[in-house]
Amino acid sequence: MSFASVYKVLFKRNSIFVGTVFVGAFLFQTTFDSAITKWYENHNKGKLWKDVKARIGAPEEAEDDE
Amino acid sequence: MFSKSIFNRVASKAAARTMATAAGTSAKAASSSKFLITGAALAGVTASGLLYADSLTANAMTAAEHGLHSPEFDWPQNGPFETFDHASIRRGYQVYREVCAACHSLDRVAWRTLVGVSHTNSEVKAMAEEFEYDDEPDDDGNPKKRPGKLADNIPGPYPNEQAARAANQGALPPDLSLIVKARHGGSDYIFSLLTGYPEEPPEGVVLPVGANYNPYFPGGSIAMGRVLFDDLVEYEDGTPATTSQMAKDVTQFLNWASEPEHDERKRQGLKAIIILSSLYLLSVWVKKFKWAGIKTRKFTFTPPKPRK
Repeated sequence: MSFASVYKVLFKRNSIFVGTVFVGAFLFQTTFDSAITKWYENHNKGKLWKDVKARIGAPEEAEDDE
Repeated sequence: MFSKSIFNRVASKAAARTMATAAGTSAKAASSSKFLITGAALAGVTASGLLYADSLTANAMTAAEHGLHSPEFDWPQNGPFETFDHASIRRGYQVYREVCAACHSLDRVAWRTLVGVSHTNSEVKAMAEEFEYDDEPDDDGNPKKRPGKLADNIPGPYPNEQAARAANQGALPPDLSLIVKARHGGSDYIFSLLTGYPEEPPEGVVLPVGANYNPYFPGGSIAMGRVLFDDLVEYEDGTPATTSQMAKDVTQFLNWASEPEHDERKRQGLKAIIILSSLYLLSVWVKKFKWAGIKTRKFTFTPPKPRK
């Protein structure tokens, strides 16, 4: 996909351009956040509450306990 | 001529008299200022001498006054991307509940904050229900009590400061909610203090009645005695409950109580650093891109050809 076709598809019409910015921001922040969280939790494996919870054998609770 | 000479004589006499007076005054002024300078110098030397003599016996700025500096320990949360050890927080709460809570309050920590950190929802609910809280009065205006809820704060051992002092020989056990942030050295200090009680105070240390010696406490004389002894509590996960293990766990718990946002803060900080540094590098590139044309511009001057 050359730059010309990217321009034609996404940038030419302002409404599409703004939509691209919004959708791109949304997609970026979800993927970025989940990637960072995944790395962070892997880096701290064994110290986090979810690991402790599994170790003490606490049952999964219906209520949200965050 | 005659009259002139008389006038001259009178004038010169007067001038001599004036000169003499002026000389006398200046001599007097010089001697008095010399006297002042000598006095000031003497006073300065005396003051310095007295201060120096005092400093030979002064006890200011010593380890005894400020407390021994605690060593730095290898905490689980040391480092920019490290979280607390939540198993340790869980054990630390047990130590707090079974040992520290006899005297120390934890006023600023609500039960609900433990949920998802060290205990499950139902565990915390059960723990909160063991305590009674003031409820709305009934229809006749009589005060009522109710069991605790997740939204309540953890209750302290004493109803007020006076009761706490009366029960502890006048010493007030500090609230532990923010104690790690409130002490120099933080976790290192708390751990050192808890494990730093010697068997006997050193020679020459005079302690007030009821006080204990701890080198890490500023002044050395602390109202709290040694409280952690091996196997004082029984951990549910089978960790051997040594003095240092309990001290580490309770310190970790208190550090969490002081900084409940800690783990999330480090995660967000990582994100912020990545985003901000990429934006910075991007801005450097954009600046170079936009200025490239201007920086590489070349001006030439072609002088007009001289007319022949």
